[in-house]
Amino acid sequence: MSILLQTIGLTAQYGDFRALFGVDIELNAGETVAIIGANGAGKSTLLRSITGVMVNAPEQVLHRGTPIGALPADQVMARGIAMVPEGRKLFPSLTVEENLLIGGQMRRVAGPWTLEAVYDLFPILRERRLNPGTALSGGQQQMVAIGRALMSNPEILLCDEISLGLAPVVIRDIYAAMPRIKASGASVIIVEQDIGQALRVADRVYCMMEGRVTLTGAAATISREAIHTAYFGDAA
Amino acid sequence: MIWIDTLVQGILLGGLYALFAAGLSLMFGIMRLVNLAHGDLIVLAAYLLLVLVTMTGMHPFVAVLIAAPVMFAIGWGLQRVVLNRTLGKDILPPLLVTFGLSVVLQNALLEGFTADSRRIPAGPLETASLDLGVVTVGVMPLLTFLTAVGVIIGLNQIFYRTALGRAFRATSDDPVTASLMGINPGRVFAVATGLAMVVVTIAALYLGMRSNFDPSIGPARLIYAFEAVIIGGLGSLWGTLAGGVIIGVAQTFGAAINPEWQILAGHIAFVVVLLIRPRGLFPRAND
Repeated sequence: MSILLQTIGLTAQYGDFRALFGVDIELNAGETVAIIGANGAGKSTLLRSITGVMVNAPEQVLHRGTPIGALPADQVMARGIAMVPEGRKLFPSLTVEENLLIGGQMRRVAGPWTLEAVYDLFPILRERRLNPGTALSGGQQQMVAIGRALMSNPEILLCDEISLGLAPVVIRDIYAAMPRIKASGASVIIVEQDIGQALRVADRVYCMMEGRVTLTGAAATISREAIHTAYFGDAA
Repeated sequence: MIWIDTLVQGILLGGLYALFAAGLSLMFGIMRLVNLAHGDLIVLAAYLLLVLVTMTGMHPFVAVLIAAPVMFAIGWGLQRVVLNRTLGKDILPPLLVTFGLSVVLQNALLEGFTADSRRIPAGPLETASLDLGVVTVGVMPLLTFLTAVGVIIGLNQIFYRTALGRAFRATSDDPVTASLMGINPGRVFAVATGLAMVVVTIAALYLGMRSNFDPSIGPARLIYAFEAVIIGGLGSLWGTLAGGVIIGVAQTFGAAINPEWQILAGHIAFVVVLLIRPRGLFPRAND
């Protein structure tokens, strides 16, 4: 299996606060990887570093072997790495349809995801397409955020806390779309606090604690006890 | 009948103020950048038009087709090289830098063109008038107003009907998330300033044809532009036209009562609107 995306000894800090201490992760082609961990474990910082929102040393993030750690976010996205940001971050001035269109307007590559394909994936968005994006419910906003990222036909899809603040039934609906997203050919990294959902869709899991990877393994074989220890440390 | 005439002249004058203000409104709406050099950039464009017209003998309406791309390039470069570095959470750096730019522009124009007042010759158009029955209007003021409406319709079309406009609005909402969509905020801002300078060139065309100008008049145009933008509601283009019209009408009525009151009446209208609606007539919902 070829490695699509890799972080090597990735470090990151906010001012004096160090958030990541040499994180190594890999994403293989066609794979779905879940990154789990408690609040403040460094999961979102990891995604911010990969996407170029936080700039790192070039060789700390590799995409198909090319150093991209120092690239700005727009250039990372142009390489086919799309992000569903934490908190949805829809554009309030744009309608639902415009929010979707803007996801694909800078990277026009042929692929399975078009406006129609996104509406087929989330039919409710077709009805709401002329509403302001931010006038929707939390779950519908999350659908827009996922659809927006898909519109660029990404090679790699990064999802940051897509279940955050949503009712369980809504989370289930959103995760129900994951198999179709995977089948479209995208490799996926899911950052989640909802361990159950993450394990159900992922092939492999990384567990993070205090800026370090404390456990990694296949999602099907990893034990709850091992996750518990990796999540909270030996003292828990 | 005199009052109808005064009202119509005021509305048409408002078109000129709306043209002054549209570029300022555009830059503020997209970047939250208050450009204190806006008036001086209008004067710069007026001199550029004057040079083109006097050197080549071409009509000002043709000259604007050459001056507009030049001003677009100046705006693009200015934003890319200077103003993008000033944008951030602190609103003070862009204010200081554009204030400095205003001083530099005024002095550079003074060196280059002296303090003599100039005018862009427009031929018979300057004095042409149109009898509308109830009132007689100057062709130039009418053209100015129609151009202002056209500019605002054009800008609205760009904002709400094109991919560029979508990028403008998205970047204005949230530059970081826009960059995750593959948009380079610095480039979008540079295009926005370039576009604002095209509007500035159109404003300069009418300023230069309708009245005398010299290197020092920029700040006074900036005040009118500011007032029109604030009356309309920050960032709202149709509001900017309404703001311009309110100032124009107030000025012509002020002048009809007493010629000395013209400028003051415009400023009083501005203060009154601010007292009644502090966020302007058409504030953006998500400001």
